[in-house]
Amino acid sequence: MTNIGVIISMVFIFGGLLAIMIYSLRGKDIDRRIIFLFVFISVATSVIFNVEFKEYPTVIVKKVFDKIESLPPGSKVLISFDFDPAMKPEVFPMANAFVRHCLVKGHKIYLMTIWATGQALMNETVETVIKEEFPDAVYGEDYVTLGFKAGGVGVLNVIITDFRKMYPTDEHGTSLDSIPLFAEVKSAKDLDLVLPIGGGQPGPKEWILFIGDPGDVPIAPGLAAVVAPLIYPYYPKQAIGLLGGVKGAAEYESLLRQVYPQFQDVPAPALRMMGPQTMAHIVIMAFIVIGNITYFRSRRRGAE
Amino acid sequence: MKKEIPLAIVFVAGVFMAVQFFVPHAGSEWIYEFVMEWTIIIGIFALALGIWSLLRVSTTKIKRKMENWPYAVVLLAGLVSMIIFGMGFMGGVESYMFRHFFNHVMIPLHATMFSLLAFFIASAAFRAFKARSALATVLLISALVLMLRFNPYLGPVGDLDADLASWILNVPNLAAKRAIIIGIGLGMVATALKVILGIERSYMGSD
Repeated sequence: MTNIGVIISMVFIFGGLLAIMIYSLRGKDIDRRIIFLFVFISVATSVIFNVEFKEYPTVIVKKVFDKIESLPPGSKVLISFDFDPAMKPEVFPMANAFVRHCLVKGHKIYLMTIWATGQALMNETVETVIKEEFPDAVYGEDYVTLGFKAGGVGVLNVIITDFRKMYPTDEHGTSLDSIPLFAEVKSAKDLDLVLPIGGGQPGPKEWILFIGDPGDVPIAPGLAAVVAPLIYPYYPKQAIGLLGGVKGAAEYESLLRQVYPQFQDVPAPALRMMGPQTMAHIVIMAFIVIGNITYFRSRRRGAE
Repeated sequence: MKKEIPLAIVFVAGVFMAVQFFVPHAGSEWIYEFVMEWTIIIGIFALALGIWSLLRVSTTKIKRKMENWPYAVVLLAGLVSMIIFGMGFMGGVESYMFRHFFNHVMIPLHATMFSLLAFFIASAAFRAFKARSALATVLLISALVLMLRFNPYLGPVGDLDADLASWILNVPNLAAKRAIIIGIGLGMVATALKVILGIERSYMGSD
């Protein structure tokens, strides 16, 4: 089905693009609605035919994976859901993949958010990933949800010295002192790894500046594609690796499937999304090429 | 006194926070945490102020039947209903209605707005990404190399492109970004010094 889908999509898209190029070379302007239509068709056909590609993990993503792999079981990993529904399709798969990876390795996970919109998404991960796929994981011993606290960067500035000052209780009102996961954790400095996921402000950059640097805590952010280039300057020292957009998430899901075959059948939304994204990229690249061909042709005509 | 007192507070707080960073003492950390809690409390008051301001602007718009006033009604209805659904007696943020609205209204709306970008980027790329000059050509080629890098179609065949894309990200992109970050950092230090020393006073208003 996938192969037939790819062939049909390609024939349709490239046939159409060729027709547009001929039309454009005749000096006629292309209406932007035609461009919108092509983007729509490329995305829709990939979704309908469930087009998927094999992913080849890049070094920057592999470093995050290897870091989680190399930590001894029982290591303390904090995952922060600092995003809103707009970013969800891009970064939510990263959060779920991180949670799966940490739990399968036997790490202890601390879930929190400094975005009000992150709380519901964090709880979705708890319900759909932790409770469904890891029914043996015990709340308070294997994972804990701290929930949302207002204050943005202020929250980070407090938890770097003392978690309890900012979170006297967890999300459900249980005192941190009675939660086993916090027996050896006073501040963020006691964590072995922090995985901030997001793309806005405050977000992964602030985690690097206010937790990673002063606390000497390794940070590996998961980022929306638009902000990934902005975080590159912090790699490889302040950010040990990073996941950028759907592509980064897909690479991570692919690695997880390679190393842990038991995840072959769990949902891999990023891998699925790479099909439509790739097709849309091809269409955009084709339009850029067509645009340049017609530009040079019209310039030559002008010179004549 | 109207100006001197705020200036003195800013000076003392600014100098303290700068010095505190270099004093790893329990007392210093305690004061730091105390001040940080203030910041959060002030932030929450700012949030309340923002909601009040939004309510005022929206109600005025509705009363005067200004342009697009029905949107203000939708905004207020959303705001009020989410506050009510999120209240403790309704079950809090875990209540069915709150989660239902969040999952089936807010998430699709946000995702739709964000995904419209693909259409506009495609149209903008077609019209603007043209090799009009040497610099524009460099930008165009870089963009194409990076877009190809994100294309799994190439697979291992695209190793050369992947290396080139990594080089673009790790060398020119990193150099430019680091220069910008260092520049912004120095600018922030200079502005902070101006504020602490009372040279920059625009935060106090015009009078």
